[in-house]
Amino acid sequence: MSSEEKTLNLTIRVWRQKTRLSKGEFKEYKVKNISTGSSFLEMIDILNEQLVEANEEPIAFDHDCREGICGMCSMTINGLPHGPLQGVTTCQVHMRHFKDGETITIEPWRAKPFPVIKDLVVDRTAFERITQTGGFISIRTGSAIDANIIPIPKAVADRAMDAAECIGCGACVAACPNAAAMLYVGAKVSHFNSLPQGKAEKDIRTLAMVEAMDAEGFGNCTNYGECQAVCPKGITLDFIAQLNRDYATAKIKGIFKSTGKKRAGG
Amino acid sequence: MNLDAKIPAGKISEKWSNHKAHLKLVNPANRRKYHVIVVGSGLAGGAAAASLGEMGYNVSCFCYQDSPRRAHSIAAQGGINAAKNYQNDGDSIYRLFYDTVKGGDFRAREANVYRLAEVSGNIIDQAVATGVPFAREYGGLLDNRSFGGAQVSRTFYARGQTGQQLLLGAYGALSRQIGLGTVKMYNRHEMLDLVVVNGHAKGIITRNMVDGKIEAWNADCVVVCTGGYGNVFFLSTNAQGCNVTAAYRCYKRGAGFANPCFTQIHPTCIPVHGDQQSKLTLMSESLRNDGRVWAPKTRELAQKILKGELKPGDLSEADRDYYLERKYPSFGNLAPRDISSRAAKEACDDKRGIAPGSGLGVYLDFRDAINRLGENKIRERYGNLFEMYECITGENPYKSPMMIFPAVHYTMGGLWVDYNLQSNIPGLFVGGEANFSDHGANRLGASALMQGLADGYFVLPATVSDYLASCGLGGAPSIDLPEYKEVKAQVEDRTKKLMSVKGDVSPRAIHQKLGHIMWEKCGMARTKEGLTQAIQEIKELRGEFWKKVRVVGEGESLNPELERAGRLADFLEFGEIMCHDALIREESCGGHFRVEHQDAGEAKRDDANFAHVAVWEYTGDDKMPIRHQEELKYEEVKLATRSYK
Repeated sequence: MSSEEKTLNLTIRVWRQKTRLSKGEFKEYKVKNISTGSSFLEMIDILNEQLVEANEEPIAFDHDCREGICGMCSMTINGLPHGPLQGVTTCQVHMRHFKDGETITIEPWRAKPFPVIKDLVVDRTAFERITQTGGFISIRTGSAIDANIIPIPKAVADRAMDAAECIGCGACVAACPNAAAMLYVGAKVSHFNSLPQGKAEKDIRTLAMVEAMDAEGFGNCTNYGECQAVCPKGITLDFIAQLNRDYATAKIKGIFKSTGKKRAGG
Repeated sequence: MNLDAKIPAGKISEKWSNHKAHLKLVNPANRRKYHVIVVGSGLAGGAAAASLGEMGYNVSCFCYQDSPRRAHSIAAQGGINAAKNYQNDGDSIYRLFYDTVKGGDFRAREANVYRLAEVSGNIIDQAVATGVPFAREYGGLLDNRSFGGAQVSRTFYARGQTGQQLLLGAYGALSRQIGLGTVKMYNRHEMLDLVVVNGHAKGIITRNMVDGKIEAWNADCVVVCTGGYGNVFFLSTNAQGCNVTAAYRCYKRGAGFANPCFTQIHPTCIPVHGDQQSKLTLMSESLRNDGRVWAPKTRELAQKILKGELKPGDLSEADRDYYLERKYPSFGNLAPRDISSRAAKEACDDKRGIAPGSGLGVYLDFRDAINRLGENKIRERYGNLFEMYECITGENPYKSPMMIFPAVHYTMGGLWVDYNLQSNIPGLFVGGEANFSDHGANRLGASALMQGLADGYFVLPATVSDYLASCGLGGAPSIDLPEYKEVKAQVEDRTKKLMSVKGDVSPRAIHQKLGHIMWEKCGMARTKEGLTQAIQEIKELRGEFWKKVRVVGEGESLNPELERAGRLADFLEFGEIMCHDALIREESCGGHFRVEHQDAGEAKRDDANFAHVAVWEYTGDDKMPIRHQEELKYEEVKLATRSYK
């Protein structure tokens, strides 16, 4: 919308893969007259319209809200999950950040626990299964107490909110050389463990989620910090620190007494 | 068509508790024998699936995204209303009820709205208990802010991500039930039809969006919470995948569709930048707490801004028209959405708009608030919204005012439901934006989250149980019944038909054309002439679609083109019904503005002839549907001209 809009001609080098099991490859396409005011995904839309016109299959990619909150979009652009800007998702990247004549390389999230379904679409249900073991506070509908009965210091609520901003997109995993999911799990655990409502299940939550994370085949954190660098929501490494601390505490307690390792009743 | 709303007798404040006391129950040991299908996993669907699972029912939940956490409820920014009166500013259940009925321009059902206000407090309790980190004051208690159409602060919020946090609360509850095995979750599945057995909704047909498999599912009842149909306009603030298909398929199986023309055009969205645009982005209404809306006082000044000769900051107070404050002094910048949108359109029609290119835009200015409170306070309140604005437009709203223009945002119309949220097809329940009942002709800000969760957490679990108790323990009908096979075969045929047109126009291009017709002729200002033309144009476009659409790829794999074409085919029929509905409603109310019916720019209702819900019944393809009426009775709130002056 800025009055200095220009248009770009670009070469798009993109990963094409028909199915989960087939072998993928990079293919090159040209796009012309892309407005610098368009979003990155609108550029892909235009490329896809071109492909339809040529009777070729459009590039499959995940996207939905296109305003940076649903966590659906997932592309590695020129080697960086969500592209060159800090603190935004792919759908919020606009073409004014690219140069005329540039070649842009686009790949899916690369991580073993996120297999490719087609082209740029990956299967992130591993995150779902982790969450199902403890990413919640067990409370039945209708049995809540009045919301103002437990005062929560602003700083505590703000920290929980910082963690809860995670959109579950998986960029952290895609960026990590170990394909670790510690930033995602750290954020989830810290959100609930920080709040008084979440304290009752603190230990079993932490143990269960870490166990599920390992079972899904995610790697360990070795402090590269790539996850924090690409996170579109500014989730920071100290949530991994909190995860480690809460995990160690839960483990040590477990040496002295049973914490109920299997979460019966969730 | 049976349109008995089944509103319980008695005082309005006692209807819901009396009704609940008489609903039938299912013994806890028997609940797992009942299978409930929930379609959609947003606030309404997610909360309903989780709550029904907790109760012990055997639930299957379907969503088209790769995770239930991504439903479009997540994008709601500003907040959720509740009559807690934590601010001691005179709020009450009655006042929230009153504001909502009035805000809806007297086209909502009183009893439903009262219940919504009544459970609003429980929603906040439930959300906090699930770990929703609402904004708090230094004393540790919950903070509130104001939203349009209210003179109290009753809106709870979590930065600019209230929808996301509430959805994560419901998603947590749902995930817990999935982990426990009471809910089976089917991601990347799209509902393509409803199966009716002996007059009762007993199953659905879905397409697995990964491998293209079309499957039939049987159940004791079906709960549809599939959101709104704003994407009929092509450009809207909805997510790309939002569609009318599930609801429209229910309509084609006999469910009434209520008030389809009631759409909400939100006043504060980022203006359109060109023809490559795929979606519009909302700037939360909460911004109007501190931002002041204005346009230049004269056309000459607007021209100079458009030519770049003047910057907004160069205009003196005397050159600025703070038109909302001028026209509606008691509500000012917090006038309801329909009124604010129309006022923005008026300024732009008067050629005082300032967005580069089209001119279609006005200012939302934070200069005074920044001077009064400091930039840090504003950043704390709206930081992420300001960042989002800068990210999209490349301009810094701390330095120069935001540019905004109205855009399609929400649809008040939806499948007709009675007080139990059951449609006229027994066993088909509808919750959230997909139903029609609570917002009348205009939804107030921060009421959609409230309604979604009211339906999902508190209403549906009670009323679905009542229906199930009446079904007996025979279980769902056998999946081998011809009803399932027939509907499945019809869905398969339709998919083949879409693939076999093999024309030369993309679904996207046709969708863009449909959106253009809808926005120009069934958008912010509607006329008899325009709507009549639109009906004809949509018919022609539909003909073009079935002759010329090109769907590349295969039916049996992940195929976004096929998904878009299928949804568009339904929009191309549904858009026409919207226009019929708008044409016959010869009045202006809320978001429905008929140019012929106005009082110097203010909506002119016709209560004598239109104080009713219009409910459309399907009669066959390309046949005019039948319009039924449910009369609305106002026993608590006196019908009056809405005034925010």
